[in-house]
This record gives sequence, C-alpha cells and structure tokens, in this order.
Amino acid sequence: MNRVLRIAGGVAFAAAAVALVLVLPHWLSDAKAAEFARAGCFFIAIIGLNLVTGYTGQISLGHGALMAVGAYTTAILTADHGLRDLWTIPLAGLVAMAAGFALGLPARRLSGLYLALATFAFAVAMPALLKRFSGLTGGSQGINLFDEALSRSTGALGHVHLAGWTLATNDFLYYLTWGIGLVLSGAAWLLVRGRLGRAFRAVRDSEVAAASSGINISFYKTLAFAISGFYAGVGGSLFVLVSNWFVSPSTFTFDKSLLLVVGAVVGGLGSLAGMALGALFIQFVPTWAANLSSAPGAPSVFFGTAIVLVMILLPGGLGGFLLKLTEPLTRRLYTRSE
Amino acid sequence: MALLSVEHVTKRFGGVVAVEDVSLGVESGQIAGLIGPNGAGKTTLFNLITGLYRPDSGEIAFEGETLLRTPPHRIVRRGVARTFQNVELFPTMTVLENVLVGRHSRGERPASELLGELGLDAVAQRRTGSLPFGTMKRVELARALASGPRLLLLDEPAGGLGHEEVDELGALISRIRSSFDLTVLLVEHHMNLVMGVADRVHVLDFGRKIAEGPPAEVQRNPVVIEAYLGSERPQHATA
Repeated sequence: MNRVLRIAGGVAFAAAAVALVLVLPHWLSDAKAAEFARAGCFFIAIIGLNLVTGYTGQISLGHGALMAVGAYTTAILTADHGLRDLWTIPLAGLVAMAAGFALGLPARRLSGLYLALATFAFAVAMPALLKRFSGLTGGSQGINLFDEALSRSTGALGHVHLAGWTLATNDFLYYLTWGIGLVLSGAAWLLVRGRLGRAFRAVRDSEVAAASSGINISFYKTLAFAISGFYAGVGGSLFVLVSNWFVSPSTFTFDKSLLLVVGAVVGGLGSLAGMALGALFIQFVPTWAANLSSAPGAPSVFFGTAIVLVMILLPGGLGGFLLKLTEPLTRRLYTRSE
Repeated sequence: MALLSVEHVTKRFGGVVAVEDVSLGVESGQIAGLIGPNGAGKTTLFNLITGLYRPDSGEIAFEGETLLRTPPHRIVRRGVARTFQNVELFPTMTVLENVLVGRHSRGERPASELLGELGLDAVAQRRTGSLPFGTMKRVELARALASGPRLLLLDEPAGGLGHEEVDELGALISRIRSSFDLTVLLVEHHMNLVMGVADRVHVLDFGRKIAEGPPAEVQRNPVVIEAYLGSERPQHATA
C-alpha cells in the first residue's frame, strides 16, 4: 500500500510539474519566456551534474565544458553539415556523452579535491581549445547560425508553425527546453530508482563496501560521467538556440561550470525534485542581484550572500525544503492507509 | 581439498611486515576462527583474501583456483563475501537498500527472506546511519549473505556487542552456516565466541602463524597463552 501511494505521489508530482510548465507562459512576457528557456537549459545540465555529484559522489567542475561540447556539436552540424538545428539535439547529447566518458576516466584514480582539479582543468582549457581549432569552431568569433544557417534554425524569424499552431519563438523555446527537461528528469528518476541508482549511491557512500558487494567502482563512476555528459550536452545544444543561435568560446568560460555546481547544490544534491529550483536560482538570482544595486561588485556580493543564506537555512537545498514542506501531507496519507 | 587455501602469503607495508609466510586452509562447511592480539595481521589477511590488498608473495586460492588475479568486485561473484571490523554500510540508504546492493552481482535469496532471517523486518525502511551498532552489524551480515556466498569472512562480528548479544551471535553464526550452506572464517577477539562456534582455530602473532588446532587444544597451547598475556589464560583477553 505504501508503495502504491508513493508511486501515486510521484505521478501526482509529475503531473503538477507538467501542468505548471504548460500554463506558465500565459503569465510571462516574451523576454521572461526567453529567460525561462535559458533556465531550462541549466535545468537539464544540472540533472546530469546531480547524477555524478549528488548520486555518485564524484565532484565535477567541468560540466560547463561538457555543455560547450554539446553546443558546438549543434552549431557545427547545423552550420556546416546541413542538419536542422532540432535534429542535432540528441546527437549533441551523444557527443558530449563520449566527452563525459573521457572526463570520467580520471575519476577511476582520483577522488575528492584531486578529481575536482582534474575536471577544473578541462573547464579552464575548453575556451582555449575552441579558439585553437578555429577551422572547426570559428575561433573566437564563434558560430552564428542566424547568419550561417537561418533556414535551418527553427523559429529564428520570430515564429514557429507547429501542427496548425503558431507560437512566438520564445514560447516555443520555453516549451522545447522544459519539455525535454521534464522527459529527461523522468528518465533520470527511472534510472536512479533501481539497481543502477543503488550502485551509484553505494559508490558514493562507501567505495570499499561497494567493491565488497560486487560493484565495479571504476565502471559505475565512468558510466555516471558518461550519462551526465549526455544531459550536459543536450543542455548545451539548447543553449545555442536560446542564445539567438549563437555560440562562442566566451559562452562557456569556467564560471558556467561553477554556476552549475551552485545550481545543483542550492537545488539539493541527491534529489531530483530541487534541480528545477536550482536552475531558476542561477538564472534569476544574479539578475535580481544586479537590480538591487549597480555599485561595482555589489551584484556578486548579493548573489554570494543568497547562496550562503540558502546553505545555512536550508541544508538540504531548495529540493530538501520542498520535500520537508510536503512531508506532513504525505505522512498523513501513509498513516491513513495502514 | 580445502575450500580456501592460503599458502606462504607475505604482505609488507613499507618496512613493516604485516603478514609473514602465513599458510592456512579452511575446509568446506567449517567454521574457522582466526585469532591473535591487536596488530597480528588478521584484518590484513582478510583484505588480502578479498583482493583489497595484493600479497608480495604467496598464493591464495578458492575452490582450487587462484584469487589473486580477480578484482575485488568479482571475488564476490566467485562466492566470497565479508563484513568489516568497523562496519562499512551505506549510511544514506535504508536497511532494505543495503541488502539489495548485496544482491548486485548474484543475489539468489529474496531480500525479504534475509531480513526476516536476521530479525530486520521492523527496520527495513530505516536509514542505516541512524541504527544502533548491533543492528548495523546484522545489516552488514544480511548484505554479505545476499550475494549468496560459499565462504563468509566475518571481521570481529562481536566487537562492540553486549554479553547477551554475543551469545545470540554465536547461535546465529551456527544457524546461518547450516541454513545457507556456508563456510565461515571468523576474526574475533572474543574468546568465548570463538571457542563456542569454531571447529578449528588459527592463531596469528606479529604477522606469523603460531598455532593451529581444535579450540580446546589451542586454548591450552603455551605459545598462544604467551602471545596473549604472558602467563594468563586467553579467555581473559577479550577486546
């Protein structure tokens, strides 16, 4: 009975999330819809980061660079190989998945701060690498699909026609990112609730006990990085679309990687519920901070203060807080059923 | 032929010889005790058998085939499971989830059956990080059994338990040996427990094996008594 209710609760939560995503644009201005679409990209990348850091316990400061891999896959395939931008999204995920696998190889040997530094190096090197291979990436100019592949950039002219409907571009991008985000968070939920998720968490909790229970630690660490890379790649691919079909090395400097870590931690590591909140946090709080004061450096201080406050007041992150709010309700349901 | 055979195994850490030229065999169906003062090399030997360490020389074989080329996570699959001296559970997971992880490689028994067998039904949905120590030890035992082992290595299962709990543990070990068709190798400081359940006892001191035999005989062995407490009898040497 408990189990039935828990699944029913999960379905209800998912249905509420879908409904919220569907109706939200009615209250959003065009500019706000664009900002939400950007947050949707972060949402997807943060789910991926959470699989590695929250579930498997392997810190990554390199996920911004994995987003860059996805973004450039989309930009290059659309600009140079005649693909429609939308069809490149899964391909971007797969290419970034391979990059994630490679990024996960050091995790077989390194842990903690050493792994953090190895992934950090990847994030720091990425813009320089992108500039170095300018034949492919357009160097520091980047790639502008608006100029190079307008006809294959869905909605670049302001509207999208879809099965008899006409959607404003930013509404379309909003639905696209959050729609993919919801599907991928559902997939992540299915992944972590069974054998695979238990193996990830076992590696996080105790490597020696995991190995002694028959879990191949190296395999699951690299697998977590690879799956995570897929998510970051899809997020990066969509990021090109929501950035006016433009990407350059300065889109994915090191601070994107840090921002994703902030989003995952603020959202609540090791739970999926908070990842959307973490994404909204890193999208909107810096903007609000900038509106509070224009004094030099002040927005950064406000943003930093907000992070510290969340960490002190809500140790489980925003997701943990959400669960705590709904706990009395779910507990009442459980006890009534017994 | 012995189920587990350790032959002339030596392990050094820097200049320290933790295990020196140790040989021992555990017959199928036996409960074997491994005793010795602190630092005698008992846990090191366990870590060598389960592949967490590699010996500098010597051979360790299970069912007649070497274990030395098998990585730790595959040793479980071959049928060797263990518990840890200081309890290595997955603290953020529930008791049930811990047991399910134990079934990762080749679970044969349903988790619910194991929880019942070890009296863990009531705490199945509790996180292991918040359980009393004695209960944690039983969870660890359930997790080890979940992999369907032929050989079970118990590292100080009585450590930190009260008197009554130790008596129950002795009965439990004998019971699971027959109901799970197990062979058990047991590291223990608690002499009453070892003498009560073990068919054969091996004694280590300073990394070397100093005696082997049936419990009663080992207990009277002057070399063993000397190693423990000079002239005192070993049953006072509880941890």
